[in-house]
Amino acid sequence: MLASSAHVVRFPFRRPRAACRGLRALTGRTAPTPAYRAAVLGRILLAALGGYAVAALATGLLALVLPMPRSEAVTTATLTSFAVMVAVVVAVFAARSLARATALVLGLALPLAGGLWLAGAFTG
Amino acid sequence: MRQGFRQSMAWLHAWSGLLVGWVLFAVFVTGTASFYRSEISQWMRPELVATETDPGRAAERGAAYLQRQMPDAMGWFIELPTPEKPAIAVMWWKSMEGPFHQALLDPETGEPTSARATKGGDFLYRFHYELSMPPMLGRWIVGACTLVMLVALVSGIVTHRRIFADFFTFRRDRSTQRGWLDAHNVAGVLGLPFHLMIAYTGLTLLATLYMPWGVRTAYKGDEIRYFVEAGLMPDLRWAAGKPGTLTPLGPVVAASVARGGKAPEGLSVWNPGDANATVVAIFEEPHGLSHHHPQIAFDGQTGAVLGQAGAVGAATGTGTVMAGLHMGHFAGPALRVLFFLCGLMGAATVATGLVLWAVARAPKGAAPAGFGLRLVRALNLGTIAGLPAGVAAYFLANRLLPVGLSERASWEIGAFFAIWGLVALVGALRPGPRAWSQALGLVGALFLSVPPVAALTTGLNLPGGALRFLGFDLMMLALGLGFVVAARKAAARVGAPLRRPARDLTGEEALRA
Repeated sequence: MLASSAHVVRFPFRRPRAACRGLRALTGRTAPTPAYRAAVLGRILLAALGGYAVAALATGLLALVLPMPRSEAVTTATLTSFAVMVAVVVAVFAARSLARATALVLGLALPLAGGLWLAGAFTG
Repeated sequence: MRQGFRQSMAWLHAWSGLLVGWVLFAVFVTGTASFYRSEISQWMRPELVATETDPGRAAERGAAYLQRQMPDAMGWFIELPTPEKPAIAVMWWKSMEGPFHQALLDPETGEPTSARATKGGDFLYRFHYELSMPPMLGRWIVGACTLVMLVALVSGIVTHRRIFADFFTFRRDRSTQRGWLDAHNVAGVLGLPFHLMIAYTGLTLLATLYMPWGVRTAYKGDEIRYFVEAGLMPDLRWAAGKPGTLTPLGPVVAASVARGGKAPEGLSVWNPGDANATVVAIFEEPHGLSHHHPQIAFDGQTGAVLGQAGAVGAATGTGTVMAGLHMGHFAGPALRVLFFLCGLMGAATVATGLVLWAVARAPKGAAPAGFGLRLVRALNLGTIAGLPAGVAAYFLANRLLPVGLSERASWEIGAFFAIWGLVALVGALRPGPRAWSQALGLVGALFLSVPPVAALTTGLNLPGGALRFLGFDLMMLALGLGFVVAARKAAARVGAPLRRPARDLTGEEALRA
């Protein structure tokens, strides 16, 4: 249950609650602290850059390894890529903490990059 | 944990929707109008009337004009006349970076038409994915906003646990906020399949721009090779660097008819002044969902057939069907009305969402609104009332500007932005309880004035009969009446005391606010 004045939804995780409570005691209302703002900015950057990176790596890898003619593999990989990015963005904001979200993005991006390296995409 | 998940998705929905809402509203409105792009273009060029023209002769007249403009072009495009667009549209360019020159020719004479200069429906169509910005910048901005829209849709679906029950819930009398929330839910849920489809297929239309990495790894970045192998275009030849003489296009059109079964929609000519010139006949898309134009390539010197593009694999076929769904070319009149209504519902979902964001954060009692809230309110009014006012002004300028005015097409576009900006500016400088009803009333008056202004300027001596544009006039009247009704509703709210919910919202309701 949210505080009764909360018509406005604030991002729920990793909020420095003690700081907010202190602020509320002082001013009677809660305002986002710098730490809260930094955490939100971190998620936004991770979602945008990490989401695009994972989608781009997946597209590049699937285009090489899908068992179908080259043009069909490229089309399949490219058409799917936007769903991949949306899924990563949603997962980044659903994760319990920024650290977990970062681990998730790296856990997807690194194996994909490794697969691309094995498939010879970086050797020209 | 479940509660936490939905809570984070509610936050994501509210803020991602706000971030891109204003751009999405503009894209939805101009994109929805684009379902009637050719009708708008016809209305904006009332001088053009259908004439019977032989496609082969039209192609040769177009080529003769282009030969005078740019014999050493990289490419020409000649769009053959149709009853809907009774003119030869030509384009020519020196490089793929542009500039792309264009002209509209009279099929009888092969000279530029006497029709008023206008961008017609094409302006609204291009605005919906380029925002009148440098093309690549505009496409990336619209693409990013579209992806955020998909995120907002997914998080919105998660937020609405009772999606089916919400569908039948409209509590406009309970409180202002509840009414807006229910309106947002109904417009969003009713149009949900369309919203998801239009956002995703919009991204895939420019997929290799946004996500070039598959082409980069599998084709080393050679996009043309990919398109050729996928069956989307015939193999083109590079320029030989030696001058050549282009074959007459009349026989090429005749050969296209013999091979393709009907006259092509248009011809593109690559390197027309070169020994390796190639003429590609592009056909209308066959009946069905897929947006895929069959093409036949001819040798530009001899007129011999070089190759053909037509058959595509399952994945590429899926892509062309997605493109077809986005554009709705397959749709007959009734289905096109449905697409149009779904597009309006998309605009309404965005608009109600934006208003809801501001209503939910209105300070209680006499507390002053903060800067953020005032900014959102100003942008809301400036976009939701300002953009439609600009569209109406664009149509009015088409009839009111002198036909012979130089840079006429640019003046029309100037009217679009000037009225949009004016409404936004006045709304921002004079916020207040009456701003919404006044702005919406102005939009209604502008749309209602389009048919009489058209009747007084071109209506009496309209070529092709005074009732030729009855459908367009009725649409303007319907839009105008819609905005007048909205203005009256907004005015009625000013007098009534602001109804707050009797009790504070519960946690879940607050989440969904």
